[in-house]
Amino acid sequence: MAEQEHSHPPYILIWVVLLVLTLAEVAMSLYMTNVSKVVLAVGLIFMAVWKAALVAMYYMHLRYEPARLWILAISPIPLAFILVLAVISEF
Amino acid sequence: MSNAAVATMDRKPMPGMMVYNKKLGMWVFLLSEVMFFTSLIGSYVILRFAHPDHWTEVGTVLNVQLTALNTFFLICSSVTMVKAFAAIQAGDQKGLQRWLLATILIGATFVGIQVVEYMALSGEGFVPMLDSYHAVGRGNPHEGPSLGGPLYGATFYAMTGFHGAHVSIGVLCLIFVYIQSLRGVYTVQDHEGVEVIGLYWHFVDLVWIFLFTIVYLI
Repeated sequence: MAEQEHSHPPYILIWVVLLVLTLAEVAMSLYMTNVSKVVLAVGLIFMAVWKAALVAMYYMHLRYEPARLWILAISPIPLAFILVLAVISEF
Repeated sequence: MSNAAVATMDRKPMPGMMVYNKKLGMWVFLLSEVMFFTSLIGSYVILRFAHPDHWTEVGTVLNVQLTALNTFFLICSSVTMVKAFAAIQAGDQKGLQRWLLATILIGATFVGIQVVEYMALSGEGFVPMLDSYHAVGRGNPHEGPSLGGPLYGATFYAMTGFHGAHVSIGVLCLIFVYIQSLRGVYTVQDHEGVEVIGLYWHFVDLVWIFLFTIVYLI
Protein backbone atom coordinates (compact mmCIF):
# COMPACT_ATOMS: atom_id res chain seq x y z
CA MET A 1 0.00 0.00 0.00
CA ALA A 2 1.16 3.45 -0.73
CA GLU A 3 -0.13 4.93 2.48
CA GLN A 4 2.34 6.24 4.96
CA GLU A 5 3.74 3.70 7.33
CA HIS A 6 2.66 4.19 10.89
CA SER A 7 2.52 2.09 14.00
CA HIS A 8 -0.92 0.85 14.92
CA PRO A 9 -3.05 3.27 16.86
CA PRO A 10 -3.90 2.11 20.40
CA TYR A 11 -7.07 0.34 19.28
CA ILE A 12 -7.85 -1.39 22.58
CA LEU A 13 -7.19 1.73 24.65
CA ILE A 14 -9.61 3.68 22.47
CA TRP A 15 -12.18 0.89 22.85
CA VAL A 16 -11.87 1.21 26.64
CA VAL A 17 -12.26 4.99 26.47
CA LEU A 18 -15.36 4.62 24.25
CA LEU A 19 -16.87 2.16 26.70
CA VAL A 20 -16.16 4.35 29.71
CA LEU A 21 -17.65 7.39 27.97
CA THR A 22 -20.73 5.37 26.97
CA LEU A 23 -21.24 4.14 30.53
CA ALA A 24 -20.77 7.68 31.82
CA GLU A 25 -23.35 8.95 29.33
CA VAL A 26 -25.92 6.33 30.35
CA ALA A 27 -25.30 6.99 34.05
CA MET A 28 -25.62 10.75 33.56
CA SER A 29 -28.81 10.36 31.58
CA LEU A 30 -30.51 7.96 33.98
CA TYR A 31 -29.33 9.19 37.35
CA MET A 32 -28.50 12.91 37.09
CA THR A 33 -32.15 13.84 37.08
CA ASN A 34 -31.66 16.90 39.30
CA VAL A 35 -29.53 18.65 36.67
CA SER A 36 -31.26 20.91 34.17
CA LYS A 37 -32.18 19.30 30.85
CA VAL A 38 -30.13 21.79 28.84
CA VAL A 39 -26.94 21.24 30.86
CA LEU A 40 -27.41 17.49 30.62
CA ALA A 41 -28.01 17.62 26.85
CA VAL A 42 -24.94 19.79 26.26
CA GLY A 43 -22.81 17.48 28.41
CA LEU A 44 -24.03 14.36 26.64
CA ILE A 45 -23.51 15.83 23.16
CA PHE A 46 -20.06 17.02 24.17
CA MET A 47 -19.15 13.44 25.14
CA ALA A 48 -20.71 12.06 21.95
CA VAL A 49 -18.60 14.47 19.87
CA TRP A 50 -15.46 13.23 21.63
CA LYS A 51 -16.42 9.62 21.00
CA ALA A 52 -17.14 10.33 17.35
CA ALA A 53 -13.83 12.17 17.02
CA LEU A 54 -11.95 9.19 18.49
CA VAL A 55 -13.62 6.81 16.03
CA ALA A 56 -12.88 9.08 13.07
CA MET A 57 -9.30 9.87 14.07
CA TYR A 58 -8.12 6.41 15.03
CA TYR A 59 -10.50 3.73 13.73
CA MET A 60 -11.02 5.52 10.41
CA HIS A 61 -7.32 6.47 10.43
CA LEU A 62 -8.07 10.09 9.65
CA ARG A 63 -5.19 11.15 11.83
CA TYR A 64 -2.78 9.35 9.53
CA GLU A 65 -4.29 10.56 6.27
CA PRO A 66 -3.06 13.51 4.19
CA ALA A 67 -4.26 16.89 5.45
CA ARG A 68 -6.33 17.37 2.30
CA LEU A 69 -8.48 14.33 3.08
CA TRP A 70 -8.83 15.59 6.60
CA ILE A 71 -10.15 18.92 5.30
CA LEU A 72 -12.52 17.07 2.96
CA ALA A 73 -13.76 14.97 5.86
CA ILE A 74 -14.69 17.93 8.04
CA SER A 75 -16.19 19.93 5.15
CA PRO A 76 -19.79 18.72 5.75
CA ILE A 77 -19.79 20.01 9.34
CA PRO A 78 -20.46 23.66 8.37
CA LEU A 79 -22.84 22.43 5.66
CA ALA A 80 -24.72 20.41 8.28
CA PHE A 81 -25.09 23.52 10.46
CA ILE A 82 -26.30 25.55 7.47
CA LEU A 83 -28.87 22.87 6.64
CA VAL A 84 -30.27 22.79 10.17
CA LEU A 85 -30.23 26.58 10.56
CA ALA A 86 -31.99 26.99 7.20
CA VAL A 87 -34.73 24.61 8.25
CA ILE A 88 -35.08 26.27 11.67
CA SER A 89 -35.43 29.69 10.00
CA GLU A 90 -38.36 28.34 7.94
CA PHE A 91 -40.00 27.04 11.06
CA MET B 1 7.20 15.65 -11.94
CA SER B 2 7.92 14.04 -15.32
CA ASN B 3 5.47 11.74 -17.01
CA ALA B 4 7.85 8.85 -16.53
CA ALA B 5 7.96 9.48 -12.81
CA VAL B 6 4.19 9.57 -12.69
CA ALA B 7 3.95 6.36 -14.68
CA THR B 8 6.28 4.51 -12.35
CA MET B 9 4.50 5.72 -9.26
CA ASP B 10 2.32 3.28 -7.45
CA ARG B 11 -1.07 3.41 -9.19
CA LYS B 12 -2.95 4.01 -5.94
CA PRO B 13 -2.13 7.51 -4.74
CA MET B 14 -3.98 10.00 -6.90
CA PRO B 15 -2.92 13.56 -7.57
CA GLY B 16 -5.09 15.90 -5.58
CA MET B 17 -6.25 14.06 -2.51
CA MET B 18 -3.22 11.74 -2.34
CA VAL B 19 -5.26 8.67 -1.46
CA TYR B 20 -6.31 5.81 -3.71
CA ASN B 21 -9.54 6.10 -5.65
CA LYS B 22 -11.67 3.61 -3.74
CA LYS B 23 -10.85 5.26 -0.44
CA LEU B 24 -11.59 8.72 -1.80
CA GLY B 25 -14.84 7.41 -3.26
CA MET B 26 -15.89 5.94 0.07
CA TRP B 27 -15.04 9.16 1.90
CA VAL B 28 -17.09 11.25 -0.52
CA PHE B 29 -19.97 8.81 -0.14
CA LEU B 30 -19.68 9.01 3.67
CA LEU B 31 -19.78 12.80 3.49
CA SER B 32 -23.09 12.55 1.62
CA GLU B 33 -24.21 10.23 4.41
CA VAL B 34 -23.31 12.91 6.96
CA MET B 35 -25.76 15.23 5.22
CA PHE B 36 -28.38 12.48 5.08
CA PHE B 37 -28.23 11.81 8.80
CA THR B 38 -27.99 15.54 9.49
CA SER B 39 -31.35 15.99 7.79
CA LEU B 40 -32.82 13.30 10.04
CA ILE B 41 -31.26 14.63 13.22
CA GLY B 42 -32.07 18.23 12.28
CA SER B 43 -35.71 17.37 11.65
CA TYR B 44 -35.80 15.54 14.97
CA VAL B 45 -34.41 18.51 16.89
CA ILE B 46 -36.87 20.91 15.29
CA LEU B 47 -39.86 18.62 15.88
CA ARG B 48 -38.81 18.05 19.45
CA PHE B 49 -38.51 21.75 20.21
CA ALA B 50 -41.83 22.41 18.47
CA HIS B 51 -43.74 19.59 20.20
CA PRO B 52 -42.02 18.76 23.51
CA ASP B 53 -45.26 17.20 24.78
CA HIS B 54 -44.81 14.28 22.37
CA TRP B 55 -41.71 13.09 24.21
CA THR B 56 -41.58 11.39 27.60
CA GLU B 57 -38.96 11.14 30.33
CA VAL B 58 -35.75 9.25 29.47
CA GLY B 59 -36.08 5.52 30.09
CA THR B 60 -39.86 5.38 30.43
CA VAL B 61 -40.59 4.13 26.90
CA LEU B 62 -37.28 3.21 25.30
CA ASN B 63 -35.17 0.51 26.90
CA VAL B 64 -31.95 2.42 27.58
CA GLN B 65 -30.15 -0.50 29.25
CA LEU B 66 -30.78 -2.90 26.36
CA THR B 67 -29.69 -0.31 23.82
CA ALA B 68 -26.62 0.54 25.90
CA LEU B 69 -25.71 -3.14 25.60
CA ASN B 70 -26.32 -2.93 21.86
CA THR B 71 -24.10 0.16 21.70
CA PHE B 72 -21.43 -1.85 23.48
CA PHE B 73 -21.74 -4.52 20.77
CA LEU B 74 -21.40 -1.97 17.98
CA ILE B 75 -18.28 -0.46 19.57
CA CYS B 76 -16.83 -3.98 19.91
CA SER B 77 -17.53 -4.62 16.24
CA SER B 78 -15.51 -1.53 15.36
CA VAL B 79 -12.58 -2.99 17.30
CA THR B 80 -12.85 -6.35 15.54
CA MET B 81 -12.97 -4.46 12.22
CA VAL B 82 -9.75 -2.56 12.89
CA LYS B 83 -8.21 -5.83 14.11
CA ALA B 84 -9.13 -7.41 10.76
CA PHE B 85 -7.48 -4.51 8.96
CA ALA B 86 -4.38 -4.71 11.16
CA ALA B 87 -4.20 -8.48 10.51
CA ILE B 88 -4.12 -8.13 6.72
CA GLN B 89 -1.64 -5.25 6.99
CA ALA B 90 0.61 -7.79 8.69
CA GLY B 91 -0.20 -10.41 6.04
CA ASP B 92 -2.19 -12.57 8.45
CA GLN B 93 -4.92 -14.10 6.27
CA LYS B 94 -6.34 -16.28 9.04
CA GLY B 95 -6.48 -13.34 11.40
CA LEU B 96 -8.30 -11.29 8.76
CA GLN B 97 -10.89 -14.04 8.30
CA ARG B 98 -11.36 -14.54 12.03
CA TRP B 99 -11.83 -10.84 12.83
CA LEU B 100 -14.09 -10.29 9.83
CA LEU B 101 -16.29 -13.17 10.94
CA ALA B 102 -16.42 -11.71 14.46
CA THR B 103 -17.44 -8.33 13.02
CA ILE B 104 -20.20 -9.95 10.94
CA LEU B 105 -21.56 -11.86 13.94
CA ILE B 106 -21.52 -8.84 16.24
CA GLY B 107 -23.09 -6.64 13.55
CA ALA B 108 -25.85 -9.20 12.99
CA THR B 109 -26.40 -9.36 16.77
CA PHE B 110 -26.88 -5.59 16.81
CA VAL B 111 -29.57 -5.82 14.13
CA GLY B 112 -31.17 -8.78 15.94
CA ILE B 113 -31.41 -6.88 19.21
CA GLN B 114 -32.89 -3.93 17.34
CA VAL B 115 -35.57 -6.20 15.88
CA VAL B 116 -36.39 -7.54 19.36
CA GLU B 117 -36.60 -3.96 20.62
CA TYR B 118 -38.93 -2.97 17.76
CA MET B 119 -41.20 -5.95 18.45
CA ALA B 120 -41.40 -5.13 22.16
CA LEU B 121 -42.09 -1.44 21.51
CA SER B 122 -44.68 -2.00 18.80
CA GLY B 123 -46.42 -4.49 21.08
CA GLU B 124 -46.90 -1.65 23.56
CA GLY B 125 -48.42 0.62 20.94
CA PHE B 126 -45.23 2.55 20.19
CA VAL B 127 -45.48 2.53 16.41
CA PRO B 128 -44.48 4.94 13.62
CA MET B 129 -48.08 5.41 12.43
CA LEU B 130 -50.35 8.21 13.60
CA ASP B 131 -53.59 6.23 13.33
CA SER B 132 -52.56 3.24 15.39
CA TYR B 133 -50.36 5.03 17.91
CA HIS B 134 -51.54 4.03 21.39
CA ALA B 135 -53.87 1.50 19.72
CA VAL B 136 -52.75 -1.29 22.03
CA GLY B 137 -51.00 -1.72 25.37
CA ARG B 138 -49.89 1.43 27.14
CA GLY B 139 -52.42 3.62 25.36
CA ASN B 140 -54.61 2.96 28.36
CA PRO B 141 -53.42 5.16 31.24
CA HIS B 142 -53.78 2.25 33.64
CA GLU B 143 -51.35 0.06 31.73
CA GLY B 144 -48.18 1.99 32.34
CA PRO B 145 -46.45 5.34 31.77
CA SER B 146 -47.47 7.44 28.80
CA LEU B 147 -46.00 6.73 25.38
CA GLY B 148 -45.98 10.41 24.55
CA GLY B 149 -47.27 11.48 21.16
CA PRO B 150 -46.97 9.97 17.67
CA LEU B 151 -44.03 12.20 16.71
CA TYR B 152 -41.96 10.32 19.26
CA GLY B 153 -42.63 7.01 17.51
CA ALA B 154 -42.30 8.41 13.99
CA THR B 155 -38.91 10.06 14.60
CA PHE B 156 -37.62 7.10 16.60
CA TYR B 157 -38.33 4.59 13.84
CA ALA B 158 -37.15 6.91 11.07
CA MET B 159 -33.76 7.50 12.70
CA THR B 160 -33.03 4.08 14.16
CA GLY B 161 -34.60 2.36 11.15
CA PHE B 162 -32.34 4.11 8.65
CA HIS B 163 -29.37 3.37 10.87
CA GLY B 164 -30.39 -0.28 11.20
CA ALA B 165 -30.66 -0.47 7.41
CA HIS B 166 -27.12 0.86 7.16
CA VAL B 167 -25.88 -1.76 9.62
CA SER B 168 -27.70 -4.50 7.69
CA ILE B 169 -26.16 -3.38 4.39
CA GLY B 170 -22.79 -3.23 6.15
CA VAL B 171 -23.18 -6.82 7.34
CA LEU B 172 -24.01 -7.94 3.78
CA CYS B 173 -20.94 -6.11 2.43
CA LEU B 174 -18.80 -7.63 5.18
CA ILE B 175 -20.05 -11.10 4.23
CA PHE B 176 -18.91 -10.38 0.67
CA VAL B 177 -15.49 -9.21 1.91
CA TYR B 178 -15.28 -12.28 4.16
CA ILE B 179 -15.93 -14.59 1.19
CA GLN B 180 -13.28 -12.72 -0.77
CA SER B 181 -10.86 -13.15 2.14
CA LEU B 182 -11.53 -16.90 2.16
CA ARG B 183 -10.56 -16.91 -1.52
CA GLY B 184 -7.30 -15.18 -0.60
CA VAL B 185 -8.06 -12.02 -2.57
CA TYR B 186 -6.51 -9.69 0.02
CA THR B 187 -2.75 -9.48 0.50
CA VAL B 188 -0.26 -7.29 2.33
CA GLN B 189 0.19 -5.29 -0.88
CA ASP B 190 -3.47 -4.97 -1.81
CA HIS B 191 -6.22 -4.89 0.81
CA GLU B 192 -8.15 -1.83 -0.30
CA GLY B 193 -11.47 -3.67 0.01
CA VAL B 194 -10.91 -4.33 3.71
CA GLU B 195 -10.01 -0.73 4.44
CA VAL B 196 -12.93 0.70 2.46
CA ILE B 197 -15.59 -1.50 4.09
CA GLY B 198 -13.91 -0.69 7.41
CA LEU B 199 -14.44 3.02 6.79
CA TYR B 200 -18.12 2.41 6.14
CA TRP B 201 -18.46 0.25 9.22
CA HIS B 202 -16.81 2.76 11.53
CA PHE B 203 -18.96 5.52 10.08
CA VAL B 204 -22.09 3.53 10.95
CA ASP B 205 -20.70 3.22 14.48
CA LEU B 206 -19.99 6.95 14.56
CA VAL B 207 -23.57 7.77 13.52
CA TRP B 208 -24.88 5.47 16.23
CA ILE B 209 -22.86 7.35 18.86
CA PHE B 210 -24.92 10.44 18.03
CA LEU B 211 -28.24 8.66 17.55
CA PHE B 212 -27.94 6.79 20.84
CA THR B 213 -27.22 10.02 22.67
CA ILE B 214 -29.92 12.07 20.97
CA VAL B 215 -32.73 9.50 20.71
CA TYR B 216 -32.25 7.48 23.91
CA LEU B 217 -30.40 9.63 26.42
CA ILE B 218 -31.69 13.17 25.97
